[in-house]
Amino acid sequence: MKNIKYLVAGIFFGIVLVKAEVISWFRIQEMFQLTSFHMYGVIGTAVITGIISLQLIKRFKIKTIQGEPIYVAPKTFNKGQVFGGLIFGTGWAITGACPGPLFAQVGMGFTVVGITLLSAIAGTWIYGALKSKLPH
Amino acid sequence: MQILKFIQQPWHWSVSGLLIGLTVPVLLILGNKAFGISSSLRHICAACFPADISFFKYDWRKESWNLFFVAGIALGGFIAGNYLQNGNDIQVAAATQARLAGYGVHDYSALLPPEIFSWSNLFTWKGLVFFVLGGLLVGFGTRYAGGCTSGHSIMGLSNLQWPSLVATCCFMAGGFFSANLLIPYLFKWLN
Repeated sequence: MKNIKYLVAGIFFGIVLVKAEVISWFRIQEMFQLTSFHMYGVIGTAVITGIISLQLIKRFKIKTIQGEPIYVAPKTFNKGQVFGGLIFGTGWAITGACPGPLFAQVGMGFTVVGITLLSAIAGTWIYGALKSKLPH
Repeated sequence: MQILKFIQQPWHWSVSGLLIGLTVPVLLILGNKAFGISSSLRHICAACFPADISFFKYDWRKESWNLFFVAGIALGGFIAGNYLQNGNDIQVAAATQARLAGYGVHDYSALLPPEIFSWSNLFTWKGLVFFVLGGLLVGFGTRYAGGCTSGHSIMGLSNLQWPSLVATCCFMAGGFFSANLLIPYLFKWLN
């Protein structure tokens, strides 16, 4: 039952993704064709909100609702962020969706995107199978 | 009813961005969870087809919050798609509309163009490219990069992590290449 709160958070997040239209294939084409500010505005505002939130959490030592100190693990660099990033970006423009929007699109009723989601799961599996052979 | 009508309009980018950004502190305060969605794809692999691959040998149950979160996203998509839309066409920049017309995309009645995203395209080259190949690139690329738009571009940048900035720049570079060089070529071949 402790996971129900994440389901509720996901519901709100899914609604925001749809209303923000960031799950729209059209908005992704606009972003990469540089014909609209919309996506840059959404992502930029989200990042600024996130930065301010994390600074407040750190400064005021805000704890979780269970009373634990909040800790965010740092990211370590490897070449995967370059190679994988380029590959994902290529797919992002084709599908018009990153992983979160794939779930929202299926929920909205674009059931054929379920095939894209299954392919994305397969892509993750292929990465897992090839991991030791890839440059990192 | 007035409130519902108000919500049913498309939301301004600043409101949308603020609410997406607030997901970062909300998940941390709810239980020290780092915002990130592509990990759910790994957990699904670990739960369903681990196939003795070391990358999938971990206790995915400990990360099950992530699966509840993405199930919520799908439910939220259902609610917003069925009850919170005003039924108007999506407003797309004229320059992009002109380019899409050249691709044979004319229908703006939904968030995704039905000329591409319909079941009738599944067993065609178009379906193979847009669903199967596109999905493979997204799933493979995000895991190789160690995160997607949520994990790197929002969570990582919010925490001022430079590897996430590198990843985000590469996402954008891949997208610019794809949307401007690859996709026009794909449509020429597919239409």
